[in-house]
Amino acid sequence: MTATIQSPRSGKDGGKPGAGLIAPKYRRSGASKGNFEMAAWLFMRLSGVVLVVLIFGHLFVNLLVGEGIHAIDFGFVAGKWADPFWQFWDLAMLWLAMLHGTNGVRTIINDYAEKDSTRFWLKIVLYAATTVIIILGTLVIFTFNPCPVDVNGVPLPGGFCPAA
Amino acid sequence: MPTKPAGTLYRGREGMWSWVGHRITGVVIFFFLLVHVLDTSLVRVSPEAYTAVIGAYKNPLMALGETGLVAAIVFHAFNGLRIIAVDFWKKGAKYQRQMLWTVLILWVIVMVGFSIRHLSLAFGGH
Repeated sequence: MTATIQSPRSGKDGGKPGAGLIAPKYRRSGASKGNFEMAAWLFMRLSGVVLVVLIFGHLFVNLLVGEGIHAIDFGFVAGKWADPFWQFWDLAMLWLAMLHGTNGVRTIINDYAEKDSTRFWLKIVLYAATTVIIILGTLVIFTFNPCPVDVNGVPLPGGFCPAA
Repeated sequence: MPTKPAGTLYRGREGMWSWVGHRITGVVIFFFLLVHVLDTSLVRVSPEAYTAVIGAYKNPLMALGETGLVAAIVFHAFNGLRIIAVDFWKKGAKYQRQMLWTVLILWVIVMVGFSIRHLSLAFGGH
């Protein structure tokens, strides 16, 4: 008779107690944390691929084309955000980069901060900063006005206003 | 007498150092991102405020900093694609060393090109 040796985690021979089903302490999806860590792992890879395209495109258009960085001023931003394509590009870049970076820093905090309370407070600060930056950036993209005015309705210098 | 731990497949080798590099560049990029969203937000304060602050990015000293930042981004991007290949490609773990050297060669090529373009704009008497 030939004994068939199963991989300990193969999940085969199920049914018999202890005969191959993964013991609860070795299961990667605990009941309490759900699959959050796996989702975070997957998100880093998916957002990473998209961010390579978004950020390389951003750097190419803003730093390498034409006059490069010398062309960047208020009018440059106004020109880009007059086009919904660039609004969406920058919005996607903002959200994906912030969430990708926040999850990366969260991992680093978990790795290096040994005290429970230190980890807790560092992550509170991190999540607060992330929330503020994402909301601020989103509002800036969607409320951008190429012709800003002061409290009296007079256009601010440097704006791009339609000819009266 | 305790001796130094013996080298392992991972410790002190390409896998470890690329991991260290990925972490350091990631943190650098994250903090720049926070600052960059704040400086861009000045477009909602006034055109002059934005153009004045963005002007700070245009001096030659800052151009060196920008080149360093782009170097961090390009390494993080290419090494990130390598990590994805290690995780999802059947032979990824086997070829992780070769992929790291590919990452570094591509990184040098891209950075030579970027530096020539960006630094000649910054130092080129505009």
